[in-house]
Amino acid sequence: MKIIGERCNGMFLDIREGIQKRDPQPLIDWAKKQEEMGADWIDLNAGPACANEAERVEAMKWMVEVVQPATKLPLALDSTNYDAIEEGLKLIDEAHIHDTLINSVPCEQEKMDRVFAMAAEFGCKVVCLTMDAKGVPQEAESRVAMAMELVANADMAGVPSDDLYIDPLILPCNVAQFHCPEVLKALAQIKTLADPAPNTVLGLSNVSQKSPDRSLLNRTYLAMGASCGLDAVIADPCDDALMEVAASTEVLLNKKIYADSYVKVYREKNL
Amino acid sequence: MAVQILKEKYAQPVRAFKLGNTAEEGGTRGYSLTVGGEGTLPFQHYEGENPNKPIVAMEVNSNKQLDWKDTLVDAIGKDVVADPAKWAQFNKEAGADAIYLKLDSADPDKGGDSPEACAQIAKDVLAAVDLPLIVAGSGNATVDEEVLMAVAEATKGEGLLLGFAETEHYKALVAACLGNGHGIIARSPLDINICKQLNILIGEMNMPMERIVIDPLVSSVGYGIEYAYSIMERGRIGALTGDKTLAMPLIATVGFEAWRQKEAWGTTEEYAEWGEQSQRGPAWEATTAAACLQGGVDILCMRHPDAVKTIKHQIDALMTK
Repeated sequence: MKIIGERCNGMFLDIREGIQKRDPQPLIDWAKKQEEMGADWIDLNAGPACANEAERVEAMKWMVEVVQPATKLPLALDSTNYDAIEEGLKLIDEAHIHDTLINSVPCEQEKMDRVFAMAAEFGCKVVCLTMDAKGVPQEAESRVAMAMELVANADMAGVPSDDLYIDPLILPCNVAQFHCPEVLKALAQIKTLADPAPNTVLGLSNVSQKSPDRSLLNRTYLAMGASCGLDAVIADPCDDALMEVAASTEVLLNKKIYADSYVKVYREKNL
Repeated sequence: MAVQILKEKYAQPVRAFKLGNTAEEGGTRGYSLTVGGEGTLPFQHYEGENPNKPIVAMEVNSNKQLDWKDTLVDAIGKDVVADPAKWAQFNKEAGADAIYLKLDSADPDKGGDSPEACAQIAKDVLAAVDLPLIVAGSGNATVDEEVLMAVAEATKGEGLLLGFAETEHYKALVAACLGNGHGIIARSPLDINICKQLNILIGEMNMPMERIVIDPLVSSVGYGIEYAYSIMERGRIGALTGDKTLAMPLIATVGFEAWRQKEAWGTTEEYAEWGEQSQRGPAWEATTAAACLQGGVDILCMRHPDAVKTIKHQIDALMTK
């Protein structure tokens, strides 16, 4: 189970202030901390730190510049502003560009055209959302249909299916419980859409929005997702219980050979 | 229509291990040997790199009451096996790439050599031939710790490979290897989970993973080599698909395993239907070695000169692209 570390996000006050005051320390500290705790990517999202689109471009460039030298991990450039992502990609060093994630593109033709062309040009990976301008569909079938459209468009642009991370979009279970099993069904089907199979990803903490014990819901859903073909989550690698579950799924699905220290090894990616 | 060859794409290669240090590298060996580094399953040249040839380390045993069968001793020479230095020279002439010195004499039941005496034997062997050296303890855990420490210190800088580290006792040997620039053999009883755990534990003592070689404790042909193969294969696939704690070269004590079996040493008179012993014995050892090669073994520890000749011929053929 790959972990996209979610903490360098302008939603969090320390990161927001960091971005606004151009103080790199909170971003550097969180990037290092997440790496140490077992993340595979550092997600960079300015979120509400920016007042307008021009600021988003500058913020992304600045975040890449300060975080990239602080970590060995590849980055996930997380923005709805594709100019910001493109400017960010230009700053990624060659060793990391293939593992860099564009986060993300929905199933909308214009956006797919732009993002997949960009991914092909830079040779990087893409998080694809199974939603369109009308929003997130209810049923698994509609999610899978959009996933197929995303895979087909990526293929036409020259982006291989195993460079895609398809996110069938989980919604908070306290308001949209119906989606939880539908997303699991969709995960299993998405893995059959192409050969090599596309990867799957979820913004895990969404499932527990505004619930009192978020970590419990997150890690339970992670285990359920893993058994349906979930490959990666955008999550908090500092959540020990969550990481223990993530490590255990790899052993219990026979993806990693068991050893007594399997949790430790899972978190020490750079051993 | 042309047939499309399907190729597996692996995440990472096995680590390479360098055995022996030349003068330039701080030792006295005539050459050093690099093993491992495979980017694919054994000898699948069409699919990935097999940059280093598997090597044969021929055994020198310090046991003064050597309990090897006559047929094997006769192939080497009674006077030769009585003298580790002479034995090492014999092995070099027989085509050994390296020497595997087994210090059985450290065991109180097999001579009871002191740690200092054992260290001297290792130095004698180093003086006798310029081949890289692998040294293993007697198997008696109560004496081996001190013996291997003494050997490690006396041979500092030579870049030896020392064994055996096992789950129950590995710390002293790791410390000895770490401080004196040697590699370590991590031995597990045909158990991939214990194998992985032991590598992790050794790694936690800050031993670079590049200096660990795995001994999965293989068996002989006819005595469960299929199971040994399946363990090696599982570990190697795990390594190639990204498990860093299993991505080390393999060593196997083929000679010890093969010559334990009566199929190897049983006399022609007693087992006439099995054919001539002088051919059957080496064939048993060579066949065991051949199975190990297919499991991914990089260092074969062997005994009979004819078996070595046969397997070296096969290694050359397998390495031909």
